[in-house]
Amino acid sequence: MKILVVDDFSTMRRIIKNLLRDLGFTNTQEADDGNTALPMLQNGSFDFLVTDWNMPGMTGIELLKHVREDDRLKDLPVLMVTAEAKRDQIVAAAQAGVNGYVIKPFTAAVLKEKIEKIFERAEG
Amino acid sequence: MAAVELDSTNGDFEKLFSAKAKELMARLEQNDLTGAVGLIQDLQKVRDENLYQEIGQLTRALHESIKKFRLDSSVQGAGSDIDEANEGLAYVVNMTAKAANTTMDKVEESMPLSEGIASSSAEINQEWKRFLKKELAPAEFRDLTKRITVFLESTDASTRKINKNLSDILLAQDFQDLTGQVIQKITTMVTDVEARLVNLVAMAGHVDQLTGINHGKIEVEKKEEDLQQGVGPQLNAENEEDVATGQDDVDDLLSSLGF
Repeated sequence: MKILVVDDFSTMRRIIKNLLRDLGFTNTQEADDGNTALPMLQNGSFDFLVTDWNMPGMTGIELLKHVREDDRLKDLPVLMVTAEAKRDQIVAAAQAGVNGYVIKPFTAAVLKEKIEKIFERAEG
Repeated sequence: MAAVELDSTNGDFEKLFSAKAKELMARLEQNDLTGAVGLIQDLQKVRDENLYQEIGQLTRALHESIKKFRLDSSVQGAGSDIDEANEGLAYVVNMTAKAANTTMDKVEESMPLSEGIASSSAEINQEWKRFLKKELAPAEFRDLTKRITVFLESTDASTRKINKNLSDILLAQDFQDLTGQVIQKITTMVTDVEARLVNLVAMAGHVDQLTGINHGKIEVEKKEEDLQQGVGPQLNAENEEDVATGQDDVDDLLSSLGF
């Protein structure tokens, strides 16, 4: 399971990577915004994308839209982990095809639950 | 404060203005045109004097504000309050990042140690239970005692290291005090700037009154939030209807959308 973690703050990337490792996902890579992440996704056979929303350059919601528009990436499970909490934004993310939405600050248990739910649904 | 002083001069001016206006009416009723024109000239003079005074005070207040906040960029290297606030906030970002990284370093260092203790003690425990049930052969027992010795020694070293790391994690939280002080200082500065700006606006209002300038209603441009770009953490999620108050709220919203 190869996972890409996208966040403009390195500490948040590190926290998410650590939590993923605790869940047994050790193959993770990092990007600091959508512009860096998109080519990595296009060339890298990732199985899962965890992304922040508010980032300089390309935002997470734009990245999500690009992923859904890309024939090779359109089925990639995407989990949004973000401080963005406006209802309109959550609805927009859902409409753009997000698979899970976690708002910061979050707990390890919430992250675990959402990831498990995404993979249950993907398998089922 | 200058504003208080201003109000009183303005009040005097108004009193004088209305007294002279009454006098003007009286003179007109008495057909004393020369007197009336003289009064109008007087009024004009008083108004001009007041206007100069008001403008003078406004200019002085502006100067003082610029001096107070050292906003004058012509003074090289003076470092305005705004510069200082920017530096302060950059310091906060650095300090919090450093603390987060130190904490994560120590946690990452400690986790394998505690995992090691857990797995070794589980293994030894299994053998120990067999020993208590007298299932261990003498050779196995000798092996177990050796492993216990190694375990005790390594646990001693590991727990010392973990304790040291925990204490480092504790110390890494000192950023809270330091960044708190910097942020409080910036908050005071911002409040001060706001108060001075409000005062300047009030003073400028007097000038407008005297000159009869009407700016109409100044439209305060409402800053459109760019939801697409992201607006960052919500500071008062509980009080805003269009904001999810927590993960449960997000989950409810998503499930209402068929998630």
